Amino acid sequence: MADDITLPTISPRRMAFDRFVSHRAAVVSVFVMVTLVVFVALSPFTARYGVNEQVQAPPNYFLPPRANAWLGTDDIGRDLYSRLIYGVRVSLVIGLFSGLISVAIGCVIGAVAGFRGGRFDDVVMRVTDLFLAFPFLVTLLVMRNMIGGISWLKPVTGELNSVRFIIVLFAIFGWMGVARIVRGQVLALKEREFIEAARAAGASRWYIVQRHLLPNSIGPIMVALTFSIVGAIISESTLAFFGYGPQAGDGSTSLGILVGQAKGAVNTGFWHLALFPCLTLVVIALSINFIGDALRDATDPRLQRDA
Amino acid sequence: MLRRLAWAIPTLVFVTFLVYIALRIGTDPVASYKRINPRASKAKIAQYIEVNGLDPNFVRGYFRWLGNFVTLDWPRSIKGSREVWPQLKDALANTIRLGVAASGVGIVIGLALGVFAALRPGGRRDVAVNAAAFVGISIPPYVSAILFQLLFAVYWSRWFGSTLFPTSGVYPPGQMGFDLGLMVKHMVLPTFVVAIQIIAVYSRYMRSSLLDVLSSEYMRTARSKGISEARVLFRHGLRNALIPVVTIAALDVGAIVGGLIITENVFSYPGMGKYFLSAFGEGDFPLLMPWMVIIVASTLFFNLLADISYAWLDPRIRLG
Repeated sequence: MADDITLPTISPRRMAFDRFVSHRAAVVSVFVMVTLVVFVALSPFTARYGVNEQVQAPPNYFLPPRANAWLGTDDIGRDLYSRLIYGVRVSLVIGLFSGLISVAIGCVIGAVAGFRGGRFDDVVMRVTDLFLAFPFLVTLLVMRNMIGGISWLKPVTGELNSVRFIIVLFAIFGWMGVARIVRGQVLALKEREFIEAARAAGASRWYIVQRHLLPNSIGPIMVALTFSIVGAIISESTLAFFGYGPQAGDGSTSLGILVGQAKGAVNTGFWHLALFPCLTLVVIALSINFIGDALRDATDPRLQRDA
Repeated sequence: MLRRLAWAIPTLVFVTFLVYIALRIGTDPVASYKRINPRASKAKIAQYIEVNGLDPNFVRGYFRWLGNFVTLDWPRSIKGSREVWPQLKDALANTIRLGVAASGVGIVIGLALGVFAALRPGGRRDVAVNAAAFVGISIPPYVSAILFQLLFAVYWSRWFGSTLFPTSGVYPPGQMGFDLGLMVKHMVLPTFVVAIQIIAVYSRYMRSSLLDVLSSEYMRTARSKGISEARVLFRHGLRNALIPVVTIAALDVGAIVGGLIITENVFSYPGMGKYFLSAFGEGDFPLLMPWMVIIVASTLFFNLLADISYAWLDPRIRLG
């Protein structure tokens, strides 16, 4: 016990890093995600065929895994392995962009709601409660059609089936969960002495939010970001599975489209078409969830971890 | 308490108004009517607009629709002009059966796993349960549904020569009348798909809630009184740990319904989910609105139940 006193002090950042590294599943997840991103970014080298290229002259459909098509081929003879790489690329873009936009909007709204309280806070929290209580797929489908039906939004959202539309749709949705988390954090910080000190020193509200509240909320915000990303990737797959997903265009596909194809492949017994896209989706979701969990543990200073 | 109850009705009206607007803009009911019935006469279309409250003015239209709805004068579906309630009733019954079965299985297993993990935090069992819960949360229901289908519809019969669990519908094609055994058999796979998510979520809630309770002062008091360890755990620990879990359970119904909708569709199970997706795909306004009212009403009901149960279970909380 006496040794504790002589321990060198470490910075919060260092402490968070050490804690993150001690979460073994998260370290593995980071490794998996980095590998995946590298594979996807280097698609000209890692993919063996083009998106719509057939692996060999017909008959080439529904081939089981083999040397010239590692994960087999689909109904018109395209290499599943290469298509997965292209598909994950689109899905990661959707996840990243809608995640970042959701977090940006959610931070602003959550911080304002938590800091000002009152009527604005009431209305925002009522709306988010309502939306989050509803079955997710129903809200998503109804909102999708509604936003698509408003003609003056067209310049922002693009076509109903475009990737851009999906990103906008998920951003409109995603901010709510983030806002709730940030609001909670701001409410907890608001009463602390250092905020009071800043206010006493004459700091403006905006200054306090920007210099004290947001930097101190960075942990929860990072956690919210990981969950928004994984939420967007899964939502894209869900929409595509039910036939409402993005048409990624001729030269492209998405993880959701590939998972959606699995539905038709099951009863005919083409296991590779069902198994590999599903497995990819689960691995991505699991990795990001683990990273988020480790970030939450790592950035929560109240949490005591032994060793 | 009464005040909250009184608020539920205006909230229901307001939310269904929002749903009405969203569906009017999103599915364009008149256009879908013309698409499904291309040879409908002008008078027919005018009548359709009239009975469904599709007035160009949203407010007037909504109250027209509401009037017909509460007097049970429901318009017929646009496809085949069928009555709505018989279909909706069957779908609702099927979904409630599946939902109750899945929640029952899911909550019991989830809570048990949570307790099992919390008894020795940081131990091997705890780590295993935690990892399993993460996998469960990360698997979307349609993925587990597809993998189950692949296993049971295709490979089981190929490997063992007989089907263990059927993978679609409530009864095999051609089955007439009621047969409990067949029904249960058809429900096994969808139930487990929905239950996986519930188990994953609840084991984590239960674990953290029980850990909070176990480290509290009154647990130490109970132990110091010399009560047996089992009694301490069950009478003092579990009862208090369940309070937050019950509240979350009631709030979580929306998520369970979401899982049901997806699962039903993969297993061709004729419930609310299949009903919604086919009606939504066709823009069938007369079918969609009553469905939405049921979903909104049940969401509000369970939210209310969460508040009430919280206050009832935990005497420290008083509702304002």
